[in-house]
Amino acid sequence: MSITEEVLNQKLEGWNRPAPIAPQVEGELLEVAMGPHHPSTHGVFRMDVALDGERVMRLRPVFGYLHRNHEKLAEGQSYLASMPYTDRLDYICPMTNNWAYALAVEKLTGQEVPERAEYLRVILGELTRFQNHASSIGFLIQEMGASGTPLMYAFREREKILDLFEELTGARMMVNYMRFGGCRVDASPGWLDRTRKVVAGLAGFVDEFDQLLSSNEILMARTQGVGVLRPELAVNAGVTGPMLRASGVNYDIRKVDSYGIYNRFNFRVPLGDHGDVYDRYMIRMLEMRESIVILQQALKEIQPGPVMSPTARIRGMRPKPGEAYGRIEAPKGELGFYLISDGSPNPYRYRVRPPSLINLTVLEDMCLGVNVADVVLIFGSVDIVLGEVDR
Amino acid sequence: MKTVEEIKSAIEAAILGAAVEIAPNPNPALPHSLRIAPECALAVAKFLRDDAELKLDYLSNVTGVDWPDSLEAVYHLYSVEKKHGPVILRMHTVNRTDQVELPSLTPIWRSAEFQEREIFDLYGIVFTGHPDLRRLLMWEGFKDHPMRRDYVEPDDFEYEPTAHDEVLKRAQARQTAFVSQPESEAGV
Repeated sequence: MSITEEVLNQKLEGWNRPAPIAPQVEGELLEVAMGPHHPSTHGVFRMDVALDGERVMRLRPVFGYLHRNHEKLAEGQSYLASMPYTDRLDYICPMTNNWAYALAVEKLTGQEVPERAEYLRVILGELTRFQNHASSIGFLIQEMGASGTPLMYAFREREKILDLFEELTGARMMVNYMRFGGCRVDASPGWLDRTRKVVAGLAGFVDEFDQLLSSNEILMARTQGVGVLRPELAVNAGVTGPMLRASGVNYDIRKVDSYGIYNRFNFRVPLGDHGDVYDRYMIRMLEMRESIVILQQALKEIQPGPVMSPTARIRGMRPKPGEAYGRIEAPKGELGFYLISDGSPNPYRYRVRPPSLINLTVLEDMCLGVNVADVVLIFGSVDIVLGEVDR
Repeated sequence: MKTVEEIKSAIEAAILGAAVEIAPNPNPALPHSLRIAPECALAVAKFLRDDAELKLDYLSNVTGVDWPDSLEAVYHLYSVEKKHGPVILRMHTVNRTDQVELPSLTPIWRSAEFQEREIFDLYGIVFTGHPDLRRLLMWEGFKDHPMRRDYVEPDDFEYEPTAHDEVLKRAQARQTAFVSQPESEAGV
């Protein structure tokens, strides 16, 4: 059935679905396939849109262009061999992917993580969050039409952080850094000093970014009141991360689960009021500031010590039969790994809970009735990475 | 939060004839789950979401699992309001071949929409009551379910730069079949 027939028949009516909009013009709806080569889709994402003039009547996301069955690959190899593959899920934030997977396996096997490794994880995780939010805002502004400048400002900071990653792990993006029961290599004192220096400069960047953008008239006119997501729907649709908090729901897994050592740090959880695109932009801006606060505390408190648990056995690991679900607050939302072990060296079931995919559930609800130019903005404010959506 | 046993008795008290049993986690240090009968799944799910004490309003994760004699769907529930969880629900199909229906929980938690579509796509569980059950990641017209453990990958000769020997023979045989029956082979 074509998407136009769907609109006319209203086959998808009922339960929580957005209410249909009556066409205003006479004649046929225009079907547009936005993507998979559309420059605003951050990769190979496709939206089939039915348009009445400029208004969106139906929107249907189409997935799978980057599907490589990550889960099947992981079930055919040992636990450790999947670690580098997790870098390729959300390739903007490889550190948090490593962390979520390591956390799930540590739950499954009951391994302890030494304190220094926990601090390193927090430092790297928050640096990742910072650069993800900065580039996500940069892309959003780029899609609004401000070519170049904000994105280049964001990438300038991202490069500094990626340089730190490269020095520590050997790779800018495909870091493969964390291990079950700790981290792969220790950070040198020089690296920590350089990180302190970079972190000291980040606040100035956020100020500059804030001054440049937050009260910009064009940005406010384009984003305020656009793509509103109600909190009840956000919770019911499993939306997580900055998008959920922009709708005013106080749910941050760093606070709720306080995995790792997050209960040792003082930080606030910024919340939005309206749940529109501007709030999502603003939440990311504020979360960057909170990340800096966490980084300063962690860099101050970190002590020398081992980075791998002495009892950790990584190679030839055979976890006892059982199942575990580990989740963290990744920059895009709740990233979880669900593992079932049958006692063999390979996981019996390996499942990734991808925040990018599940946050797109409400894309149609936010886009119905808006102009097609705003679809690009709303989609950009969701902040997805196709490596994770399609897996 | 209530223990799994307390949740089980709460469900049984609230819903007449609800068939709920505790599925122990083989590793006792990790949380156990609740196995529910597919017939009463919607009622149980609605109770868990709306009960004032549990308020499991957030369905985080839906997983398909392929066991030797059945397919399984696992649901991880949390509460955003009460900030507790997880409560783990599981449902089994009768077998792996012809009786693979399970009730969809998308009417209760919208976050199951794409995840159940993914399981339908990759495992072949048919979720009855799902409003839009189509393949999610594989393309339309694809026949098999790639995440099943007995799935056989097709010969990948299309991607071999110069097919020769065995692969070339298979490719030629396949091409003949393709020309004679374009409809049935296309897309496989």
